[in-house]
Amino acid sequence: MPNLKPGRRVRQFHQARWDEPVVLELSRPGERGVLVPAAEPDVAAGAGPVESLLPAAMLRSAAPELPEISQPRVLRHYLRLSQETLGADLNVEIGQGTCTMKYSPKVNQFLIRSQKLMDLHPSQPAESMQGLLELTHRLVQVLRQLSGMDEFSLQPGSGTQALYAMASIVRLYHRVHGEEAERTDVITTAFSHPSESATAAVKGFRVITLTPGANGLPSLDELRRVASAHTAALVVANPEDTGLFNPEIAEMTAIVHKAGGLCYYDQANANGLLGITRAREAGFDMCFFNLHKTFAAPHGSGGPAAGALGVTERLAAYLPVPVVRREGATYLLDYGLRHTIGKVRSFQGVPQAFVHALAWVMSLGAEGLREVARTAVLNSNYVASRVAHIPGLTVPFDDTRRLEQVRYSWQDLLAETGVGSEDIGRRMADFGLHYWTSHHPFVVPEPCTLEPTESYSKDDLDEYIAALEFIAEEAGRDPDAVLGAPRRSVVHRSHADEWFEQPDRWAITWRAFKRKHPSRDGVGPQSPPAPGP
Amino acid sequence: MLEPASGHPYIPSTEPNVRRELLQAIGVASVEELFATIPQHLRFTGPLDIPGPLDEFSLRQAVTRLLDRNRSAGEQLSFLGGGCWPHFVPAVCDEVAQRAEFVTAYAGEPYEDHGRFQALFEYQSLMGELLEMDVVNVPTFDWAQAAATALRMACRITGRRRVLVPDWIQPDRASVIRNYMDPDVEVAVVRVDRRTGQLDQADLAARLSDAAAAVYIEVPSHFGVVEENAAPIAELAHRHGALFVVGVDPISLGLLAPPVRYGADIVCGELQPLGIHMYGGGGLAGFIATPDEQRFVMQYPSRLFGIAPTSQAGEYGFGDVAYERTSFAQRENGRESVGTQTALWGIVAGVYLALMGPKGLREVGTTIVQKGAYLRQRLAPIPGLRVPRFLGSHFKEFVLDFNGTGRSVADINAYLARHGVFGGQDLSADFPELGQAALYCVTEVHAQQDLDRLADLIGAALGAD
Repeated sequence: MPNLKPGRRVRQFHQARWDEPVVLELSRPGERGVLVPAAEPDVAAGAGPVESLLPAAMLRSAAPELPEISQPRVLRHYLRLSQETLGADLNVEIGQGTCTMKYSPKVNQFLIRSQKLMDLHPSQPAESMQGLLELTHRLVQVLRQLSGMDEFSLQPGSGTQALYAMASIVRLYHRVHGEEAERTDVITTAFSHPSESATAAVKGFRVITLTPGANGLPSLDELRRVASAHTAALVVANPEDTGLFNPEIAEMTAIVHKAGGLCYYDQANANGLLGITRAREAGFDMCFFNLHKTFAAPHGSGGPAAGALGVTERLAAYLPVPVVRREGATYLLDYGLRHTIGKVRSFQGVPQAFVHALAWVMSLGAEGLREVARTAVLNSNYVASRVAHIPGLTVPFDDTRRLEQVRYSWQDLLAETGVGSEDIGRRMADFGLHYWTSHHPFVVPEPCTLEPTESYSKDDLDEYIAALEFIAEEAGRDPDAVLGAPRRSVVHRSHADEWFEQPDRWAITWRAFKRKHPSRDGVGPQSPPAPGP
Repeated sequence: MLEPASGHPYIPSTEPNVRRELLQAIGVASVEELFATIPQHLRFTGPLDIPGPLDEFSLRQAVTRLLDRNRSAGEQLSFLGGGCWPHFVPAVCDEVAQRAEFVTAYAGEPYEDHGRFQALFEYQSLMGELLEMDVVNVPTFDWAQAAATALRMACRITGRRRVLVPDWIQPDRASVIRNYMDPDVEVAVVRVDRRTGQLDQADLAARLSDAAAAVYIEVPSHFGVVEENAAPIAELAHRHGALFVVGVDPISLGLLAPPVRYGADIVCGELQPLGIHMYGGGGLAGFIATPDEQRFVMQYPSRLFGIAPTSQAGEYGFGDVAYERTSFAQRENGRESVGTQTALWGIVAGVYLALMGPKGLREVGTTIVQKGAYLRQRLAPIPGLRVPRFLGSHFKEFVLDFNGTGRSVADINAYLARHGVFGGQDLSADFPELGQAALYCVTEVHAQQDLDRLADLIGAALGAD
């Protein structure tokens, strides 16, 4: 395996460990990190002292206890913290299934640093942002074709916010049609993302969760039983987080439509479907794509991001405003949608993600997008074929092929060795590899979800698989080696339960920590470190 | 659909021999077999009219050419604010914002992503000092959503379903709040005094009852007015058992009192002023802060990172506090919903606060206030202008009233545009009761000559009529 030195089975990794204090401990009175522009003498003299320009009752009486730190020390601190973050660029990042951790091209990151974008004010006149509007419009044309939807809004700032926007449209649609009071239910499935249920609940719906059958899929019979005049909508992912594609999806949407409900589609798992199957053919009224997942915009440690929301013609008037329109050679923002839900996010969304997404599409072209889907599915099936042989790991619903990801189970390993999925995750950190269990609830016991995407080579995948094999074997031979992990990561296992679940002990800011734990209670060095280098 | 395309730099496994090896290991003859679970009637076989593929150089040219059609507020004089503001961004903020580890990280564990957890815990801690509050969340989408969630939190804490908000707030924020309250929380509006721009306390008293979960105000207001009666408003809210929720611009807090000092229970606001570029609105990020009491903490939908010991003495460990309250843990039974929001901007705002320190924040606030006052002085002599429209103190923004000039804001702004200036935001459509008025934003990025130039241009525009 060329990924590793000859003779190595797993990588002899050790993560950077800088042992940095908390930034507030670096304060040395008199130092400063940056000088800020002062008012010119005439301006200051004309305006007068600042105290005379603000209400006395509203002035700050004591300066905030922010640290005073020189610029190189601030920079060094944060660079060290960045080195203590694995991130996707340094990692064979296939362990965060459902999140499509693909390569985010550097050229796209270069493009968003243009002053033409960074310093753009969202309320500038449309004629001064024709470039962004045209780019947005072009991206919408791509998304329309990939989904079969008629109109798009790029305003939602994530998949969860897109789900929220769709739940808002469902409510308003039934209100406009005089059926809001009786249409109380949103139906989803157990293997759909938690945000589908959560956002429906915020919009006041009762959530009905279909349980998976023996084949891992919801049954049409159960759906027929729960679909009724109370059904407001169905929301599902397909493939679900198991990686199983539901071939009866069109029948499901038909059942819900017949009951008078709408159908909306969580396309967070679209990476294996690009150009192959679409929301429209499956009968959906709405869908969204995560531009930060499927379309290679970076995840940003958890945002900023974008959930591009598409709807069919009949729901176009409900989209958040504004939407971008072309009139001849110019582009404009249209606020005049008859039934708009208003806004879910300020202004027009996260334009950096639009630039990333369109640039990624342009680098691939139509055939390239299909190649992404094919390779993502090929890679995932390769991983499945290999890890299925690891003793202790099982592939639930094994008789059916998966698409771009698979949810596995370590239940057998736990029973045999006492090592479970979370333990494996900690041990994977010792090899420089990120690993995640799965979203709750754990319908599949001791789960992990691997999603290799198109970005990783066979050698990359082999490295990840070899680490899993090594740990599974080690669990049998020396379970404590796994249970005590990590040992070569930045830090060791933390006492999470005792500290993070108890109100008298948890500390969410440094000031709270100092107040609740004046003698530190075992956190960090027992006397505060001296400031300085 | 079967044939792999030629090699692509983002897709390593297109080489035919590797392809064959992968297929053999799986035990299938073709990639197509792997898609067998997708029935033919769901297959899309139509043409895709999609641009590309482009090589990296051509891509760079093509996208740059598109973006070049923008003329940004950074390239010409601009007085646009109103929810997204031009501020000085220290180079170290950009440097950290571009670190590949932070840019590409996502959901790593506290071990291998220790740095991300520490940076966000530090962000919470630095904001905690600025706000004098013990709990701050991992950032939300924007001020609007932070305000909406703060109000929903107040409803859950009090068990009430009515919130009072000023009738004049930023229109996008008002829309988001209404959306997030619908269908189960009633939004009642309290009149802003048309002369002072402060909340009308008599109107508040008339509308406030024991049914109210929260009274929400902003300091400064959308029109830049610094509320003078925040403490009495807090008292009034508390007398009725309502929580006092305050939205703030954090860059004002080197000068202005943190809201907890005048009785706030929940504080929210916008992080973009703290070292984050505007990005056409993509730089927005919201925050929420509360006291460290269980009744508050357990109602956050957001992730909250805490500090703890590890199994090795001397280490700081970090992780999720009270994770079970989130929708990640409890789906529809969690608090609202959590997911990807704007964590990178939280890290950057932390860098900004660490760089600025107490002195820098006080200085930048002072510059902003003095420059705004200077511009108003320069505009005041122009006949027909009313500046500022509202009595009282201002921070960063003020309303310029053109009603006495006989000219429309659109007209003035067109004149300014011809001279390469983005004038203040036209308020006439969103706030028709103000007639012809515009919202002007002045920050530390405006030099004296910029302010003089604007005053001269407006004078000329009005004189030229």
